[in-house]
Amino acid sequence: MSASILGLWNYWAVIVLMMTGLYIVTARDNLVKKVMGLNIFQVSVIMFYVSMAKVRGGTAPILVEGEETVLYSNPLPHVLMLTAIVVGVATTALALALVVRIQEAYGTVEEDELVRIDDDDG
Amino acid sequence: MPFPVDAILFVFLLTMAVVIARRQELFSAAMLTGLFSLLSAGLFTLMDALDVAFTEAAVGAGFSTILLLGALTRTTGLEYQQRRPRTRPLMIVFSTGAALIYGTLDMPHFGDPAAAIHHHVTPDYLARTPVEIDVPNVVTAVLASYRGYDTLGETMVIFVGGVGVLLVLTGRWRWRRRVR
Repeated sequence: MSASILGLWNYWAVIVLMMTGLYIVTARDNLVKKVMGLNIFQVSVIMFYVSMAKVRGGTAPILVEGEETVLYSNPLPHVLMLTAIVVGVATTALALALVVRIQEAYGTVEEDELVRIDDDDG
Repeated sequence: MPFPVDAILFVFLLTMAVVIARRQELFSAAMLTGLFSLLSAGLFTLMDALDVAFTEAAVGAGFSTILLLGALTRTTGLEYQQRRPRTRPLMIVFSTGAALIYGTLDMPHFGDPAAAIHHHVTPDYLARTPVEIDVPNVVTAVLASYRGYDTLGETMVIFVGGVGVLLVLTGRWRWRRRVR
């Protein structure tokens, strides 16, 4: 039983990483820090998919010519995660642009201060 | 027993994530996110995802770090000390983590060749790629050919993202306000 549960340790390590990212996003007030947490979260999700694609004893999905019996890891999650990485950078760039705008408009990027300024205005 | 490189990399990644969470000098935290991406690229290589690894090394470790540093030069390099209690975020994190771990319990084990995802369409792609596309790298074949429209859409997302950044930072509304 214990041996069968240990086969999942890789997923659990990824989940711990993911939760560190989620903690940064929820607990930290600085908006740039939140974007960093979001980055960590995103890399962990990608790692989770790539872990699912791994086949024990397999090799990278680059075909070996003339060999029929090579075992390859699953290429499909890799393709999807390539797209996810690149789209993730686009969202990071947009998020950081918004943070810079907030700094220009409010003079701060700390969430608690932003809430206070908004409350004073309203 | 082989040397557990992946476990050691996981320990490094976790340490780095915790340091990023605690660090108040944001410039060093930004550099650490770059290192985090680089180490995760090493882990992707170990898990046979070479294309993902070098995309992560180029885009995650390189470009994202530059974006973060650029944003820091326009905002602030130091985070304020927070005094309020952190019990609620911790509760959210622990309950979400517990739910996710519960969700993995009936998953196929890491590296299990009998897992369902390796037997649905994957053998088909592996068998047809040398015949139909004639590119040795299956990831490239699927990315650029079988799912080419998907990649086109991805390029579109990047374009929209770039236009969005330009509009937010140097939009016409700003120019109009300056004239007034």
